[in-house]
Amino acid sequence: MSAAAGSLVQSVDWVALLPALVPAVGAVVALVVDLVVPHRPVLVATVALASLLGGLAALPALRDGTRATFCAPPQAGAPPACSYVADHLALTVQLVLLAGAAVVVLMVAGEHDLPPGELQALLLASVAGAATVAAARDLATLVVALELVSLPSFALVALRRDAVAGQAALTAFLTSVVATAVTVMGVAFVYAGTGTLFLQRTAPALADAGVRQPLVLAGLVLVLAAPAFKLASVPFHAWAPDTYLGAPLPVAAYLSVVSKAAGLVALLAVTLGGFAPASGTWAPAVGVLAAATLIVGNLGALRQRSVVRLLAWSSIAQAGYLLLPVAAGAVVGLGGLDGLVAAASVAYLAAYGAMNLGAFAAVGAAAGPGRHASALQLDDLRGLARTRPWLGLPLVFFLACLAGLPPGLVGLVTKVRVLEAPVRAGTPWLALLAVVAALATVVGLAYYLRFAAVLLAAPAAAATPVPARPRRVAVGAGWAVGVTLVVTVVISAAPALVVGLLAP
Amino acid sequence: MNGLAALVVALLVVPAVGALVLLVAGRRADAWAVRFGVVVSSAVLVLSVAVAGAFDRADPARLQGVVDAPWVPQLGLRFHVGVDGISLPLVVLTALLTALCAAYGLRHLPEPGRPRALTGLLLLLEVGLLGTFLAQDLLLFFVFFEVVLAPMYFVIAVWGSAGRERAATTFILYTVLGSIVMLLGFLLVWARTGTTDLVLLAQRGGAGMPRAVQLVAVLAIGLGLAVKAPMWPLHTWLPDAHTAAPTVGSVLLAGVLLKMGTYGMVRILVPALPEGMALVAPWLGALGVVGIVYGSLACLAQRDLKRLVAFSSVGHMGFVLLGIATLTPIGINGALYANVAHGVITGLLFFLVGGVKDRHGTTDLARLPRSLYARAPRLGSLLALAAVASLGLPGLAGFWGEFLAMAGAFRPAAVLHRSTFLVLLALAALGTVLTAYYLLRVVRRVDQGDGSGPLVADVDAVEATAWVPLAVLAVLLGLLPGVLLGLSTPVVSALLGGGS
Repeated sequence: MSAAAGSLVQSVDWVALLPALVPAVGAVVALVVDLVVPHRPVLVATVALASLLGGLAALPALRDGTRATFCAPPQAGAPPACSYVADHLALTVQLVLLAGAAVVVLMVAGEHDLPPGELQALLLASVAGAATVAAARDLATLVVALELVSLPSFALVALRRDAVAGQAALTAFLTSVVATAVTVMGVAFVYAGTGTLFLQRTAPALADAGVRQPLVLAGLVLVLAAPAFKLASVPFHAWAPDTYLGAPLPVAAYLSVVSKAAGLVALLAVTLGGFAPASGTWAPAVGVLAAATLIVGNLGALRQRSVVRLLAWSSIAQAGYLLLPVAAGAVVGLGGLDGLVAAASVAYLAAYGAMNLGAFAAVGAAAGPGRHASALQLDDLRGLARTRPWLGLPLVFFLACLAGLPPGLVGLVTKVRVLEAPVRAGTPWLALLAVVAALATVVGLAYYLRFAAVLLAAPAAAATPVPARPRRVAVGAGWAVGVTLVVTVVISAAPALVVGLLAP
Repeated sequence: MNGLAALVVALLVVPAVGALVLLVAGRRADAWAVRFGVVVSSAVLVLSVAVAGAFDRADPARLQGVVDAPWVPQLGLRFHVGVDGISLPLVVLTALLTALCAAYGLRHLPEPGRPRALTGLLLLLEVGLLGTFLAQDLLLFFVFFEVVLAPMYFVIAVWGSAGRERAATTFILYTVLGSIVMLLGFLLVWARTGTTDLVLLAQRGGAGMPRAVQLVAVLAIGLGLAVKAPMWPLHTWLPDAHTAAPTVGSVLLAGVLLKMGTYGMVRILVPALPEGMALVAPWLGALGVVGIVYGSLACLAQRDLKRLVAFSSVGHMGFVLLGIATLTPIGINGALYANVAHGVITGLLFFLVGGVKDRHGTTDLARLPRSLYARAPRLGSLLALAAVASLGLPGLAGFWGEFLAMAGAFRPAAVLHRSTFLVLLALAALGTVLTAYYLLRVVRRVDQGDGSGPLVADVDAVEATAWVPLAVLAVLLGLLPGVLLGLSTPVVSALLGGGS
């Protein structure tokens, strides 16, 4: 702990904050640059990219995972508590989300109809929030940071300023408000019951005889609402398809990966971190969420003909896999913020981040900038693997990864990893959960494969694609596809790279 | 890494690199893709023969050419491959059938062409098939098991005949459903034993897993393998897939893919989960026999020649399942023998049916002209040879496997009820009669006649290249069963005796 233990003056460990701080500063710089030299989207994007890479560059310096800051004064009999802890979980998730945001920045570089300054500033502000969520270890910080992720993202969704975009942003906003209100009420319950907001102290407080258990446990379940919204997991999933469709495609990609990462890490911090002893309460709740999300997401995706809607429903379904190991957290020996459960979830997150961003980037590059992506139907991409193999074949590969089918080995291995925890736990209802997940995977395969088959089919003879598309792929979008492809291929060949990210 | 191990790795690397070359070669490669495929798959065939040559046949129970390297250490996933007496024949069979399919493509490319894609998929398929037979790690087995799916899906969905997309989708969804449940079983075994190493698991013989756990694991793993085999009533994907697939697809599907299921049972279930297997064996045998009878009855009702051959696979694989279910050395040896024999014979049958279809544009038995003997004598004779080999005529390949499987059922393992298996044996014997009936009817319907009907081209050079080796093997395997049985017998004894 670098916080001055005995002193009343807070000393802040700025180095630990760098992964969140650099993007936040970058947001301001991007705005200023756009103000001083307007109409230079590439310059602003470079600033954004630099600040994200700067945030990433800070991670190696923190890799021992022992730094923490904003610590509470020590209390007799209570463990030390800090609001911001750069532990291994935080660092790993920051790695994923900063890298993911960098890909999103590459993707937006081609969107010339969006105001570059606002766009990048909002994006970076949201990323700063997400990076803070990753390390937030008290409930107040967690809620505030989650809001910091959300609020700029609504503006990002609405950035195109037409009716569809406004509707999309409003849908997300209303769902988010409900989820946040529920979470805040939950936080109040927890505070009323335990007298602390620090996740390091809630667990010991639960053991205290004086604590009103039902109140705290009810609060705990309510707290999960905001993370569930961010993850787009059932029951807070319905906003995702409409919002993804109305948002600029890179923003949808952002919501599906970076924003989800924030939700996942918040959920892990609360369940495995703050309330490990109460796993009997949250594990079944998360298990039900995981099963429902897998079923609803996959069945929803099955009937989609719109490409973006399909990706949206698929990303709902994928959230189910992220939750799957957490449901097994009740079993002794698998928990903890760097235990098997967290490792499995984070490994899946990292793999999902690469392959899902890749899929969005390839679809975006194929559709071209502007509104074309929203109108894209599956049949518009018929034969893409043959007409434009450098977009079509990577997209097929990303879909194989998402489906968990070779050659997309990283998807397969990380799916094995998330199934491992429930099977290892071995209780009947976890076995049932594993079977549900298995069945959902089969359903998932059906639509990913159908999509891939459309891409690989012979191109439609006379039909002209609905939007008149430029043949040239925007440079940034091309880079986004290239980077995600390289990453996904490398981690498919050596899945240990992601599986070992947080391995115990 | 010794020489044999290098050969084993090359078996996987060569076709994978071949597929990769075709992937990046671009559209110009369409001109030379098929010839390239022939070269690569022939190289793999040569490699597999070299593996067979370097294999120490005096000690087939020992795993040879072993490569064991960590791949995903956090999951305990190791790249652990090697050959022994029961994987070697299937490796050679796979390499042979793939090479023959590639050669067949020189003249008979199914619609809509696209030779680069088709050849690439065949090579990818070969990687998965060879890998499945070489894998000595549960999770690695699963990975290779899955590698096969996507290429076969596209082979059926793109190059197939009418109803191909539905057939391909049914095929892959069925198989994935089975294989993912199988994965859960693998994870269960891993969670309970702490290892996924097949050699280790076979040595332990189920130690550390109570009977109930073994039963759950056998059911889960067995489901995945049984879908692939296919075992009645999980066979419903098979007739459509075989019928819709192009000739090369059907040949590999029937010749090798089905064997992954039964091979997996012998490799994994029998040694690693003996108690669970003993509980399930009577059911496995019963369903196998139902498959035998059902398959032959379905064949009797079949009006389409290709569909008939497809249904005959259900029956033949039923014998393999019955042999495994006896849990005796003789029965399992028979099952493994029937595995290889069925691969050779049914591969040949699908080739021949493809040839008949190319010439007449149909495989409908009602519309097919008769008297092939008179119109294309070589094609007709090969068809007759394949048909009688398939019905199990002594002296041909089909005989030994089914004979041994039934001999195993006559005296099943001590833990099993003999009376049950005697009933199964009687029903299986009835199945052999029905099988003989429908196959001879095919010979009579297609080959014989008054010599009328259009004259068609007889077997051409490319066809002869693809077909004759299989016909020769069908005879050799019938005359010299000792070659294969000598390889498999010590392994089977080791697999069965692991626990005791």
